[in-house]
This record gives sequence, structure tokens and C-alpha cells, in this order.
Amino acid sequence: MDWEYASAPESSAIADIKDRYLPYVDGSFKEGNGEDRDTVNPGTGERLSTVSTVNAADVDRAVNAARRAYQSSWSQLSGAERGKYLFRIARGIAERSRELAVVETLDNGKPIKETRDFDVPAAAQHFFYHAGWADKLQHLGLGPAPQPLGVAGQVIPWNFPLLMAAWKIAPALAAGNTVVIKPAETTPLSILVLAEIIADADLPPGVVNILTGAGDVGSALVTHPGIDKVAFTGSTAVGRRIQRELAGTDRKITLELGGKGANIVFDDAAQDQAVEGIINGIFFNQGQVCCAGSRLLVQESIADEFLERLKQRVETLRVGDPMDKNTDVGAINSEAQLGRITALLKAGIAEGAQLWSSSCPLPKNGFYLSPSIFTNATPSMRVTREEIFGPVLTTLTFRTPDEAVTKANNSPYGLSAGVWTEKGSRAMGMAAALRSGVIWDNTFNRFDPTASFGGYKESGFGREGGPSGLAAYLDTDDEVVR
Amino acid sequence: MICDHFVPQGAVVTASCRCADSEHLYYRKYENAGASDTVRHCADQRCRLAGSIMNSVSRQGRDLSVVPTGVLPPHLADATADEISIRRFLFGLPGVDPVGIEQRAAGLATRSIKRASKLAAIDLAISMVDLTTLEGADTPGKVRNLARKAMLPDPDFPETPQAAAICVYPDMVHTAGTELEGSGVKVASVATAFPSGRSSLEVKLADTKIGVDGGADEIDMVIDRGAFLAGRYGRVFEQIVAVKEACGDARLKVILETGELATYDNVRRASWLALLAGADFIKTSTGKITPAATLPVVHVMLQAVKDWKAQTGEQRAVKPAGGIRTAKDAIRYLVAVHEVAGHEWLDPYYFRFGASSVLNDLIMQRRAQLDGHYSGADYVTVD
Repeated sequence: MDWEYASAPESSAIADIKDRYLPYVDGSFKEGNGEDRDTVNPGTGERLSTVSTVNAADVDRAVNAARRAYQSSWSQLSGAERGKYLFRIARGIAERSRELAVVETLDNGKPIKETRDFDVPAAAQHFFYHAGWADKLQHLGLGPAPQPLGVAGQVIPWNFPLLMAAWKIAPALAAGNTVVIKPAETTPLSILVLAEIIADADLPPGVVNILTGAGDVGSALVTHPGIDKVAFTGSTAVGRRIQRELAGTDRKITLELGGKGANIVFDDAAQDQAVEGIINGIFFNQGQVCCAGSRLLVQESIADEFLERLKQRVETLRVGDPMDKNTDVGAINSEAQLGRITALLKAGIAEGAQLWSSSCPLPKNGFYLSPSIFTNATPSMRVTREEIFGPVLTTLTFRTPDEAVTKANNSPYGLSAGVWTEKGSRAMGMAAALRSGVIWDNTFNRFDPTASFGGYKESGFGREGGPSGLAAYLDTDDEVVR
Repeated sequence: MICDHFVPQGAVVTASCRCADSEHLYYRKYENAGASDTVRHCADQRCRLAGSIMNSVSRQGRDLSVVPTGVLPPHLADATADEISIRRFLFGLPGVDPVGIEQRAAGLATRSIKRASKLAAIDLAISMVDLTTLEGADTPGKVRNLARKAMLPDPDFPETPQAAAICVYPDMVHTAGTELEGSGVKVASVATAFPSGRSSLEVKLADTKIGVDGGADEIDMVIDRGAFLAGRYGRVFEQIVAVKEACGDARLKVILETGELATYDNVRRASWLALLAGADFIKTSTGKITPAATLPVVHVMLQAVKDWKAQTGEQRAVKPAGGIRTAKDAIRYLVAVHEVAGHEWLDPYYFRFGASSVLNDLIMQRRAQLDGHYSGADYVTVD
């Protein structure tokens, strides 16, 4: 029997999208002095809302507000008091989770299934987790009384707008810092709903400031002399520029940049689950994940059968309207990003890699791309070396474990890797040999606030999540007890 | 060794064995084959190893093609040569990662099935129910009630599909068959010292014979879990083969009792063992052991029949049993069938639910879809 699922759209009314959003500075929503920007729903390609953006003077005001809040209130509070605020925010996120999921899907283009089951609950978990640390900083192993740094300037990307906000804000506040944070220009809405939750939690004015705008605002923020700590998640190119600009200052910095994760499948792997893991690794969030497993390394002895299974499974992915609860792969975040991915696809074909794409139908309007796989790619091709940041998997083969390690490490990046084998000793050996910040064993793209996340090499430095993530927001130079 | 091969409905089929030894020649012809007619192949193992069985399938008297079907590819034929080969084959199957399969099953369970697709799923699920009573207290009256229910699940909505079968103990087969005569609802009989399977092969075969002689269309056997867990795979294999022979034209469901096999690796091995031995269905559970059917276990079994089809061209069936109580549960299984095995399995010939209480919930949900509101449990007959 042919069985078509009827469309099962989540109601967009739940998001209660306003016609205009304002930046959040010093405890209130204020018109910014920059130019207005429209934000687009990638699922339809239509305007979603308009956001007032800030200029350099607004950045200055926000940093000053954060400084005042740091000195007058936030750094004076006990850890337990800070923890109370964080718990309140976590509960606020949980209470408004459905609304946040819909806002995120409308603004970002990722499927509602992911925002509902991953982005929003994980964001709440980050606040819950860090709330628990706020009064226990002396037990982090960083000394008897680790101190906050001051004002943190944070810039986050568009691929996980709310979750990245949580990753940045929660540890900063738990450690006693105040925050000035800038979301990406294409996805400012969910963090502005978070601002409402923060306001409702009665956080002292200026503890969290949210500045809207494009790269110029981010640049003004991270180079502002009133900032004590810079945290950036985004592209390696921008990360490089930030590091250059901050060289010679005493500002602490952590960068979480691009990646070209290797997902390594051995011939003794649990193949059906490896197929699932490869798909989760590259098609989760349309592949717009810095730690995506975008390079499949499969042992040659099973390569043909494995790729056949993989393609069959990719054919069953449901691509389309992000608001449909049965959609597996949604829209690419922006027209510009779709253009970048398409350009790299063309480059791959020109270099002689074979492109296979799922035959799924795509919606007419909005920014969509079929899940795609490059077969017979070689290590020298651009599609093997460069981060595509889209639903495109590049496949290579290897013969021996050593060759797998060599090929996996042969990348300027080093953020994530996956190892698929039923042999525990091999998994451990690979984990020791791979130069990646995160290594998943028989799974992929699993996140937890207790586990630290971060990169090697050009994927950045510093860790987020877990005790080492908190260390990035604490003064650990003095009295470090190891 | 006997290999039954499914014939396309309405086809005129001639099947012959072309191995060198003329003694093995087997020939059978169907005019207008029915949905459940099968071609029986040469009974000789060597013949199958040689891969020499050819079927000539023609429709309306015209030869369409001569295709080798029902022939196991050499690696599968070799797998059952002896105990050591069976073990080697089963241990050579890729493992199943529990975290991964449970994650996938939980993910698919979030599919949102609405409106027309929900009604279609409910009707399909009803037509897949093997309405079951397997109690010591079963009486002819109880079985007759159940048979009536299977034929007419919802008297207020007579267009509601019939259940696929009723499933009873062997001594109740005749009662059930008499009641169901001419209805199209099949009679399934459990057998082989159900539910434990703890008896001799002679007793198991005699048990099977009671069901078959009573007119059962389908036999639900249990495997010897003790032998399986002790690693005596050859013994399990031979018993299935023997019961399959005793089944004659009845379709054989092989109950793996996955709750006792415990690991997904074992479920995969037992599934392949049963398929190799000629099971028409692989079935999860007796319903007497907890856990009975679970979504991840059925994922493993659906993957097995899908892989079996990819390697042999032959489509076999799956039956989860026990623990499926609500329409929501049933729809989750159908989603798994649809997305793991494929839409070809969305057919009562290839997928069944072993259950009893689920039927009434399906009927209630069906009414809710048609009426636009829920009516109480008292509007659905309790049989």
C-alpha cells in the first residue's frame, strides 16, 4: 500500500511573531540607532519580521551598562543568588518551549522536530546545569575562590541561535560575569524571546544585553576596550580576524570555529546504526553544524554495500516545510548560504567527484537543497578539504586503521570525529590518535551540558560546557590548584 | 529442504527444477494462481546449492521471462550446510548497536499521523490484526465470539475491514474454522509446545499436525530458546525446517520470543536463522513473556526481511505480538514498517499484529475519525 503522510504542520500562531523587535540593553527593549533589518523565514523566503539594529554608540552604552551591572550588583551576589536567577531562566525556557521552538523554526528554517526535541530542551538544560554550578565554583578544581572576569562580549552564529545563546550566557552568568551578546543578523528572534524570559526573571538591568546587527556590530563589540572576555562561535575566517585584532590585549578569548569532521566506519561496525549516525552527522540541521560529520571515511572492504545502504536510507528522508512535524530536513538558513553551498557543489563536480542527490521533491519557495553525497572524492578536492556547511557528504575510503587516522587528521580543522566499530579497543585507540576536540564512539552529534565541546587546530580553542567550559569565564591565572 | 515461493496473483505458473539429476525434477502448474498459492521447489539440498531452480512465470499463457527465483545465493545456501556453517554465518552478521537502534526507533515514533493518513493506517492496522486468545480457559464459546468479532469488528460500521486471522490453540482450530468458513479470515494455530517450546521434536510435530489437520491456514511455532541461547543453532534450524515441512500449505510464523533472547544481536541472528529455515513470518513473542514486542526489536526484524529480500528477491513477513494495546502503538509500528522495510510490507500478507485489546481501540479511533468525536468504550463490543 502506498501511504502518504498527511501534512502535520505546527501552528505558526504559537510564535506570536511581532512586526518589530528591539535590542535589549540595560534591562529594557530600546530602539537601536542602526538601520532596520528584515529577517526572512527561510522555509518560505518571505519576510518574517523587522529588527531594529544598533550602532557603535549603542555598543558603547551596552558595554557600559554591563560594566555597571557587574560592579554594582552581579559580582556582589552570592553564588546561590546567581543560581536562583539561572534556574528561573531555565524554567522560563521550559515554560515557553513550544513558542520558542516555533520562533526558532520560522526564523532559522530547521525542522520543528529538531527545535522541539533538541534546540529548546538543550538550551534549558544548559541553564539548569550551570545554575547548579553557580554556588560551587570553588569545587571546580580551579582554586579555592575563582573570580569572574568582568564583562563578556559574545558573538554567536545562526545555526543554533537559541542554543548558542544558552551556551554563551549560562556559564558566563554562573561564573559571575555580565554579558553583551550579539546574535547573527539572519536569526535574531529567538534570543529576543529569551530576553523577555530574562526580563521576566527580574535579572538586574545590564546583566544581559542583546545587540542586534551584522558583522560590524560584532566587530565593534569584540574590540571594545570595556570587554574583559571574548567568546566567538562562527567561521574560521572571522575567528582569525578577531584573534588578530585582540593580539596584544589581555582579554581572554575562546573561539569555536569551523570543522570538517571525519566519520570513520570500520568493516566490523554495526552497519545499520552507522548509516543512521552518518545521516545524523551530516543532515542534522541541514548539515549547518560546525561539528558535522561531513567527511565519511569508510573501510574499502564494505564501501560499496555501505554506500548503497546509505543512499537507500537518505532517499527516505523527508525534505520540506520546516513547520511540518514529519520533516527530517528543512530549509537552508539563507539565500546567501544556499548560494555558498551550491558554489561548492559545482566546484566538486568540476573537480571530478560524483554527485548523488536524493530524489525527494523540494518546495517551490524558500531555500532548499536535496541531501547530497559526493562519491569517489579524493583528498585533494575542495569538497573534501573545505567546510561546505550544508547537507552534503563527501565520501572517501581507507584500508587500514592507520590510514583512517592519517586521512581523518589530514585537515586544517579538528573539531569533531566519529568512530564506528564494535571493537572497544579500536574505538579507544582511534580516540587517542584523532586530533579532534570531540570524538563520538558509535554515535554522532550528541550534546550534553556536562561534556566540554571545542576544537583543535583551526577549529578554535577553549571549551564550552562542563567544568572546563566554566573555566573560560573565570580568572584562573592566580592560585591555581592542580 | 523445501522452499516455498510466492506466486503473483492471477499468474499462470510452471515451475521446474533443472538440476542434473532427473530424480529431482519437480513440476507443478497453476492456472490463475491465488494470492496464497505457492510453488514448491525441489526438495534436494544439493540442487539448491547448485542454484539450478528456474521458474518460468507467465501471465495469460504468454511467457514473460525466465527468472531464477527462490534460489538462495551461494553464500546463503552454504550457510545452512552444517552446524558450524550456521554459527559462522550468524556470527558474521553485522552487530546491532542498542543505543543507535533505540534512538532511531524513538525518533520514528514521533511521526505525526493525521487525518486521511490516520484513517488509512487504522483501516490497514485492523486488517492486520491476528485476534488472539491463548488461555487455559479458552472455550468454544469464547473462540466463536472472537471469530465473530474478527469477521465483523464493528457492527455499527459494517464496512470496517475484517481482522486478518484469529489465533488459537490447536484444539480450537476446528471450532474457529467452522465459524470463519468462507469469510476470508484466516485461522492461525500456535503449536510446538507453545509457549515454552520445551518438548521433543516428535511432540512438536504432532502438535503442529493437530493444527494443520484441523484446517489451520497458519501455524505459529516457537523456537527452542534454550537451544538458541546454548549456541545450538543447528538444532533450532532443523526444528524449524521440520515444522515447516509438517505445515504443508499452511504459512509458518516463527516466534523468536525476543524477550528471552534479550539482545538485539540475538534478535538479528534468530531472525536470519528462521528466514534461512523457511519461515514465512518472523514473529516477536508469545505474549507470555515480558517484554513482548518493542519498536526497536521490530526494527531489527524489519531490517532482516528487507535485507533478505535484497539478497534473495523473496519477500517474507513480520509479526510483532504482545504489548500493542492502542491505535497509537499500532500506527507507530506501521510507520516503522513504512520507513524501515518499505511500503511493500504495508499489506496484511506481509505484516500482522498479534494482539487482542488493540482491535477495540482501533475501532474507537476509527469511529472518532468518522464521527468527529469520541464515543465511549461501551459503544464497542467486548467479545
